[in-house]
Amino acid sequence: MSTPFYVSPEQQMKDRADYARKGIARGRTNVVLQYDDGILFVAENPSRALHKISEVYDRIAFAAVGRYNEFENLRVAGVRLADLTGYTYDRRDVTGRTIANAYAQTLGAIFSGAGEKPYEVEIVVAEVGDTPESDTIYRNTYDGSVADESGFVAMGGQAEHVAGLLRERYEPGSSLPTALRLAVDALSRPPEGEQRELNSEQLEVAVLDRTRGRRAFRRLVGVQLDAVLATTAE
Amino acid sequence: MTGPTDGFGRLPSAFHQPGVNSFADFLSTHAPEMLPGGRDLRREGSGSVPLDVPHGTTIVSVTFNGGVVMAGDRRATMGNIIAQRDIEKVFQADEHSCVGIAGTAGIAIELVRLFQVELEHYEKLQGTTLSLEGKANRLSMMIRSNLPMAMQGLAVVPLFAGYDLLVPDPAKAGRIFSFDVTGGRYEEHSFHAVGSGSMFARGALKKFFRDDFVEADAVRACVEALYDAADDDSATGGPDLTRRIFPVIVTCTVDGFRRIPESTLAEIVQSVVDARMTRPGGPAAPLN
Repeated sequence: MSTPFYVSPEQQMKDRADYARKGIARGRTNVVLQYDDGILFVAENPSRALHKISEVYDRIAFAAVGRYNEFENLRVAGVRLADLTGYTYDRRDVTGRTIANAYAQTLGAIFSGAGEKPYEVEIVVAEVGDTPESDTIYRNTYDGSVADESGFVAMGGQAEHVAGLLRERYEPGSSLPTALRLAVDALSRPPEGEQRELNSEQLEVAVLDRTRGRRAFRRLVGVQLDAVLATTAE
Repeated sequence: MTGPTDGFGRLPSAFHQPGVNSFADFLSTHAPEMLPGGRDLRREGSGSVPLDVPHGTTIVSVTFNGGVVMAGDRRATMGNIIAQRDIEKVFQADEHSCVGIAGTAGIAIELVRLFQVELEHYEKLQGTTLSLEGKANRLSMMIRSNLPMAMQGLAVVPLFAGYDLLVPDPAKAGRIFSFDVTGGRYEEHSFHAVGSGSMFARGALKKFFRDDFVEADAVRACVEALYDAADDDSATGGPDLTRRIFPVIVTCTVDGFRRIPESTLAEIVQSVVDARMTRPGGPAAPLN
């Protein structure tokens, strides 16, 4: 019988974190940013059916990068938790914090559990409020940590680079077309080389619009998306 | 109910189970006691003594060229007592459908709440809405699970209607489904009514209905039919002009669900009541 090599807990955790981080870095980038009437989600995603951005509840949405089966599993769990909480208490009692907390606990347990491989995902849970000040954006990472963000978040392959570009130009309270143009510009500029052209076919765009009725989530597709993109091109 | 999280705060496995698109099915594994039919009332007292609980009464629904209208009176009765005079018994089910309820109000309202979550849950998980038949079948299954309680006198009889986006002809896209307590589902043509005053309402609608109805005609027919139901059934409430309590009337068209605003309704109700001042039996149907 061979004796297993001793691996220090620090090294074990580091290996697991590296594994998850590498997986996430292979994917495309996803941007979430606040605009005057809500929260905008932009992902580079040519698929019309396999979403990276989804509705969770009346005023809560979900955006993810990483392995599809893993974040899809978490998305479904989040929708179930939201609907269960809303059915048990009241629709107003479902908050982004509830969902983000559950994700944090679940991701943390998976990350530190010896039997499972860590999830290669990063998730944003955003909740739109009545005013921009009451909007909340939670960023959940693979190890179970959760951060409360404001303004904008970039995650996925070029997260650092895209966040840098956003930091330079992001202004709170900008309109939807301006915010969308900023997000698309940041996504289409690679760290090196020429700027790419991203058209509406390659983008998945959705908003949580605080001016809408009960369900604030709305996808911008086809003509609608082209119209918003065109407003800013002038 | 087991809490939403287990030992380490991690979501339990039921939350992660793939392939379950139904919220009711999820509840039945994770928290069965939260389902309307999940509690056995026989164990909790009363036996076979009928409970004195509020009952909802008449719901009518009429199709027209471009959609369907549903209306309900505002009365809930408890034996000979009026339990509530402004109860609402017609609800939005989702973007293109509505549901009205007659029978035991408490169970019916819980059932509608579950049905609304069920439809939205499917839509969120699948990214697409259920077909109109799919929705009706889901509702029929929920009513079937309430059968033990129906046997004890706590029956729920809903009426479901909606605009079927898969039907190309807008004149035929408004569809109505009725149900019995065993979960039997029946598609109705042109119009239907359920509840204690339904036979009077249906009789009236039989005379009013025309194939070329537009929305305004269908709304008017509903108000007239509910008036006739209230005229002959003590459990159905007529329009209350003194308190400004009017029937709840909703429409489902290609543009989605809409509730007729009270200001519009006030005019229609006033004109119906005015006409009844000269002819209490309502408009005369030509004999030839």
